[in-house]
Amino acid sequence: MTGYQEALTDPSYRGQILVMTATQMGNYGVNEIDVESAVPQVAGFVVRESSRMDSNYRSESMLAPWLARHGIPFLSDIDTRALVRRLRVNGAMRGVITTDPTLSNQELIEQVRTSPSMGGRNLAAEASSDTAGSWSEGLVRIPPTPPRDRRETTVKRVVAIDCGAKRNIYRHLVERNCEVRFLPWNCSAEEVRALEPDGLFVSNGPGDPAAVEPLIEVLKEIAGEVPTFGICLGHQLLALALGATTWKLPFGHRGANQPVRNIETGQVEITSQNHGFCVDEASLKAQDCLMTHVHLNDQTVAGFRHASKPIFAVQYHPESSPGPHDAAYLFDQFVAMMHGDTGKVDSRRGPNKASKAVKA
Amino acid sequence: MPRRDDIHTILILGSGPIVIGQGCEFDYSGTQACKALQEEGYRVVLVNSNPATIMTDPAFSDRTYIEPITADAVRRVIEKERERGTPIDALLPTIGGQTALNCACELEENGTLEDLDVRMIGASREIIHRAEDRHVFRGIVEELGLKMPKAKTVNTVEDGFEFLEEIGLPAILRPAFTLGGSGGGVAYNRAEFEDLLRRGLSASRINQVQIDESALGWKEYELEVVRDRNDNCVVVCGIENIDPMGVHTGDSITVAPILTLTDREYQVMRDAALDILRAVGVDTGGSNVQFAIDPQSGEMIVIEMNPRVSRSSALASKATGFPIARIAAKLAVGYTLDELRNDITGTTSACFEPSIDYVVTKMPRWTFEKFPEADETLTTQMKSVGEAMSIGRTFKESFQKAIRSMEVKRFGFGLDENDRWLKERRQQDGEQWPIDEETISRKLSVPCQGRMYYIRYALKAGWTADRIHELTGIDPWFIDQFAQLVEFEQELLAVDSLDALPVETFRAAKQMGYSDPQLACLYLGSIHTDTILQVRSRRKALGIEPVYKLVDTCAAEFEAITPYYYSTYEHPFEVDGELVRDDEIRVTDRKKIVILGGGPNRIGQGIEFDYCCCQASFACGEVGFESVMINSNPETVSTDYDTSDLLFFEPLTLEDTLNILERLNGGGIEIEGRTGEVLGCIVQFGGQTPLNLAHGLARAGVPIIGTGLDSIDAAEDRDRFKAILDELGLQQPESGIAYSMEEARGIAAKIGYPVLVRPSYVLGGRGMEICFDEEALARYMRNAVDVSELANAPVLIDRFLSEAIEVDIDVLADYRPHADTLCHQLEMSDEQPQAVICGIMEHIEEAGVHSGDSSCTIPTNTLSKAIVAQIEDNARQLAQRLSVRGLMNVQMAIKDDTIYVIEVNPRASRTVPFVAKAKGVPYARLAAKVMMGHSLASLEIKKRPETTFFAVKEPIFPFEKFPGVDVVLGPEMRSTGEVMGADRSLPIALAKAKMAVGQSLPIEGDVFISVRDSDKPGLIETARSLVSMGFTVHTTLGTHELLASHSIETSLIRKISEGARPNILDRLANGEIDLIINTPTRKGGETDEGRIRAMAVRCRVPMITTMTGARAAVQAIAALRAGSWSVSAMQDIYPDLARPATAPPEVPTPWLNTMSSGS
Repeated sequence: MTGYQEALTDPSYRGQILVMTATQMGNYGVNEIDVESAVPQVAGFVVRESSRMDSNYRSESMLAPWLARHGIPFLSDIDTRALVRRLRVNGAMRGVITTDPTLSNQELIEQVRTSPSMGGRNLAAEASSDTAGSWSEGLVRIPPTPPRDRRETTVKRVVAIDCGAKRNIYRHLVERNCEVRFLPWNCSAEEVRALEPDGLFVSNGPGDPAAVEPLIEVLKEIAGEVPTFGICLGHQLLALALGATTWKLPFGHRGANQPVRNIETGQVEITSQNHGFCVDEASLKAQDCLMTHVHLNDQTVAGFRHASKPIFAVQYHPESSPGPHDAAYLFDQFVAMMHGDTGKVDSRRGPNKASKAVKA
Repeated sequence: MPRRDDIHTILILGSGPIVIGQGCEFDYSGTQACKALQEEGYRVVLVNSNPATIMTDPAFSDRTYIEPITADAVRRVIEKERERGTPIDALLPTIGGQTALNCACELEENGTLEDLDVRMIGASREIIHRAEDRHVFRGIVEELGLKMPKAKTVNTVEDGFEFLEEIGLPAILRPAFTLGGSGGGVAYNRAEFEDLLRRGLSASRINQVQIDESALGWKEYELEVVRDRNDNCVVVCGIENIDPMGVHTGDSITVAPILTLTDREYQVMRDAALDILRAVGVDTGGSNVQFAIDPQSGEMIVIEMNPRVSRSSALASKATGFPIARIAAKLAVGYTLDELRNDITGTTSACFEPSIDYVVTKMPRWTFEKFPEADETLTTQMKSVGEAMSIGRTFKESFQKAIRSMEVKRFGFGLDENDRWLKERRQQDGEQWPIDEETISRKLSVPCQGRMYYIRYALKAGWTADRIHELTGIDPWFIDQFAQLVEFEQELLAVDSLDALPVETFRAAKQMGYSDPQLACLYLGSIHTDTILQVRSRRKALGIEPVYKLVDTCAAEFEAITPYYYSTYEHPFEVDGELVRDDEIRVTDRKKIVILGGGPNRIGQGIEFDYCCCQASFACGEVGFESVMINSNPETVSTDYDTSDLLFFEPLTLEDTLNILERLNGGGIEIEGRTGEVLGCIVQFGGQTPLNLAHGLARAGVPIIGTGLDSIDAAEDRDRFKAILDELGLQQPESGIAYSMEEARGIAAKIGYPVLVRPSYVLGGRGMEICFDEEALARYMRNAVDVSELANAPVLIDRFLSEAIEVDIDVLADYRPHADTLCHQLEMSDEQPQAVICGIMEHIEEAGVHSGDSSCTIPTNTLSKAIVAQIEDNARQLAQRLSVRGLMNVQMAIKDDTIYVIEVNPRASRTVPFVAKAKGVPYARLAAKVMMGHSLASLEIKKRPETTFFAVKEPIFPFEKFPGVDVVLGPEMRSTGEVMGADRSLPIALAKAKMAVGQSLPIEGDVFISVRDSDKPGLIETARSLVSMGFTVHTTLGTHELLASHSIETSLIRKISEGARPNILDRLANGEIDLIINTPTRKGGETDEGRIRAMAVRCRVPMITTMTGARAAVQAIAALRAGSWSVSAMQDIYPDLARPATAPPEVPTPWLNTMSSGS
């Protein structure tokens, strides 16, 4: 039910129409803080009912005018469950939202058919920042939560390749005493090396991984030179760079309630997910990679690491936002690798032990 | 980790009788747990004293002990199973509410579990302690860096006042180890503070009360969390209370999902809940954690946690489809969440968090009308007796559906016949509007039943949302939702006739949850079957019909296989040029029987009827029909997704049930070319709720199966019923109808005092009273009756048969019903119709106490064989005369060997489950089969011998929740639940029943006796027995002298009014009295005797208020003193009930194997 603002500003949704099954949207308004990028990224937003008021002490605007301000088509009073039932059977498909009532159904369908499909489209290029930069803001502690015990004493520099990164990923890294420097998706291996990173991060982003060909080439060269971590699209790109293949799921994984089993601990994390493509398990194993995480509902690959190189990645979103914080330990794992650990941070939560992982 | 194979036999403790704060949700959780463990191949031993539960149906456990849930009785159960060679190795204490948890803790503390080699599964003593001891819990929470309200646990009044200096008023008090916040509350002044503190200290099992700084006005939330032994945790559901802090969750209107939190706020709460579960150490199973959030700053505090399934976990299960108790039981025997399947989808994992694409509203149901003296203010002590849940796509729809689910003659948010604003608009009653500002202001600021209607009045009167928010503390988002409804009323009001209502507005109204009755009231002037059906036909003519959507745990992400539906009015969309609405119902071509459930629990209509409805559903399965359940009560087994073939979670109104019936029947009832196969509807099993709908359904053409409506009417119509009795030569107490004061006097004089008076048209004995003289009659007529309305609503006056013995008879018959509502598609066997007596219950209290409030025994024990034979004969005659097909209940009174018929109800009665358990025969299920066409002869009902075994039914009352209410039994039913005590000896059965209601009879000590003059002669033998058994008997002067004159020595106690101390109240408070025998003179709660009774309730001293009850108690005490007593399973008494042993399942994790991998 919660988290619409984070989802709307998630660059991984770029170019897509987001349909919400939760029926009451906009209840707590929007604010300047709960965003994953500077602006809403979706191509359209479809809901059952939109709130005409915003009830939250942090709200700065109501949802509808905020979307309007950013030129995002917002459609309410739609039976979104009916829509999702069709998407479930037919798979995600292209669509059109129009304000022109004179257009016939045929004309609209024609518009849809001529619109570009996700497959083969490099949306990461659109979602990525155009220039290099850095990030220095840590996790937002609203409402106030207990401060985290800092285990990292020395600063590690992470170079993040931005394919449409969510801000919360960077916040998690800064929280762990990392210096975050990001580069656009089309950076070169030299540009990465020039920054002398302690760790390399490949971000999430929208669309078909195979279309981000130049970056795959760069990753082939540099992945694993330093500890390397990928999330979502980054996971797929690292897999492709290592020689594995990807395929399109009939019905993508979305939402904040997807169970993933950590194969090494046997424990299950409830995760945020947003992906329509998926890494092929057999091709991954053929490239000397181990599956570390599996999607519980369909047994597809949710995470892997390389058997000998310091590379690991997950298909889901450990930075959550929106969603549960169960998988935040992966950032600890990445930072520990940079500190020379083999990457085997104890991620077992263990019974009767409060999780000390970072939350927010 | 698959199931544990080191345990074989598991003991499950139920929650005992239904009380406020512990309702039939534990029958739901217990039944799920029994089923879950049995399907894993474990032997299940069950202890539950409540015979009205489904879980005590012998099919659900291998050994069914209907015995008290006390450490003593449960120890005997464990010993007995050991002796039989089938030792219990594990105890699951987390399924039966606080009662089971407390009992399990006691067994652990007194060493029983260790001695007998039983280990607790699901939660250990240590974990329970960590969660429930408020001091320890606070330490754990603060260690995690989380906050709790400033609080202190005190054991004395002095410490309490010292802490009050620190935190100031208002303050919240909560006794430790009680259920439903019993004994707790909010204190706004020092006097209230002291009162609550004293009451709380005595209510707590460990004499501990926590005093909390008040977070009044903060938003309140609850998370339902499940954890397994591998530390996998999921939040099944988040629940938001519309009523802010200060009102008990059980008394709050709540919604799911959480509607007014940002993800940031919600996830912090989720982390906190999981951390707390881990830190407390809940290894496996469900728990809930409650939080409050300051709406100004977002600051979050932890309120409490329960390390067990609860009322809210039942709600969460129904709201999401995730069966928490079932999963918790499987986790307790070793599974992990990821090894279990989500049964709703059949293909995905149970280790996930459900997502909800609708809004659920839960609304509590109170019965303050039964306790006119009680304080109606809602506080931290729960006062509601039941609840309804509704599902809609939006909050507005869900909320209005919830209102009409309550069955309190409200059909939505205003615009019905009880809408004061609408009345004024029509100038029916000039007094009602405008409501003065002060009244609205008070109604908004003091939480109470019906506050929401005053929010509407405030909006109608032009108050701003801000002002309403300030007074109520309700989140502005909800107030805006209410305001949207009020604004929409303008659109409805702008139209002056139903026909003029534009289709768009009509549809919009339905989408916002407006009911046909509201529109009938608005446009046709009244709410009746006719007007409701008129709106209906107009609505259908405009093509406005509901669609049915699934509760599927996953917001349509996966296909669901379980048919759990709710209705909604959805936006249409275009497919191939046609407008369609998405309807997910799957109608099969199987023949269907629709069972109407009982709706929210209330006094007089509770779990007994849910038991009957579930049995009807099981019968459908056995007969080969598809069962369809309609109900709105989230606490029940009937609304479990696998009880019936189809489940509709819907309000029980004519509109909503007809919608379902028509939809299942291919678009209509008696229509050409219909495609459905609805054979008929069962309205006789769900109590008064479905009966109230029966005529409307029949009018719309719905076949009613079983006994015809005309028979039900004949039994309720005074004149017709009298004619039937005359025809059969049966007697009735003399009676008359009074249309004026003078007539009342005249009738009473003619039939003689005492008389039983009641308004015509009441249910459950409401407003009924016994008047012993003319003065009392006059007082009744003045106070209880609207004299100006007497011409329309006369008063019924019956001769009251004092000192008569009352009996209840349940009868099962298979006569051919009258043709009026007969189901013509059902083949009805009517060879050799007959009537079978299921059981005769003899009341222990004499006539005059409501049958639901009396203790009773099966079989009878004071009536002669000849009288019993005559009672049976009369009952059979009645069944035949009324053409009963199914169940019938008859109440009779026997005085001086004459049998009087008091009342006949040709439908399932409250006593059916008790009779079924006492006799070991599933009468309700058999009745349902008879209604579906089977003959009694073909069912071969087992004959049970009458002499070997006694069952005593004992009611339990909510008096301790309503301080100030006089504890007197009368013709108005006030009990919330019942227990059964069963034994081969009647006195022991009685003693067990007393234990089971928490009123264990003493075997030594001090007894206080005070009876009314008319009872004094009967007292002598009772007192003599007590003294001879070594009891010290305390009496006041009159009784003292009377007994002395019979050489019975008693200790003299001064009357309270004499002023001498210590008086009886002091002795009670000091724990110096072990039993009270007090027969009330019915002069009210402000007298000496009233204060004694109130003190007895507060100090939990067993009290007996009738002489027959006293005689029975003395016998029971004698039997207890005579030596050991034993426990028996139903399977011991009726060996034919034993189940064949089940083998463990071969595939430990069935779903993993069928799952596709890597699709």
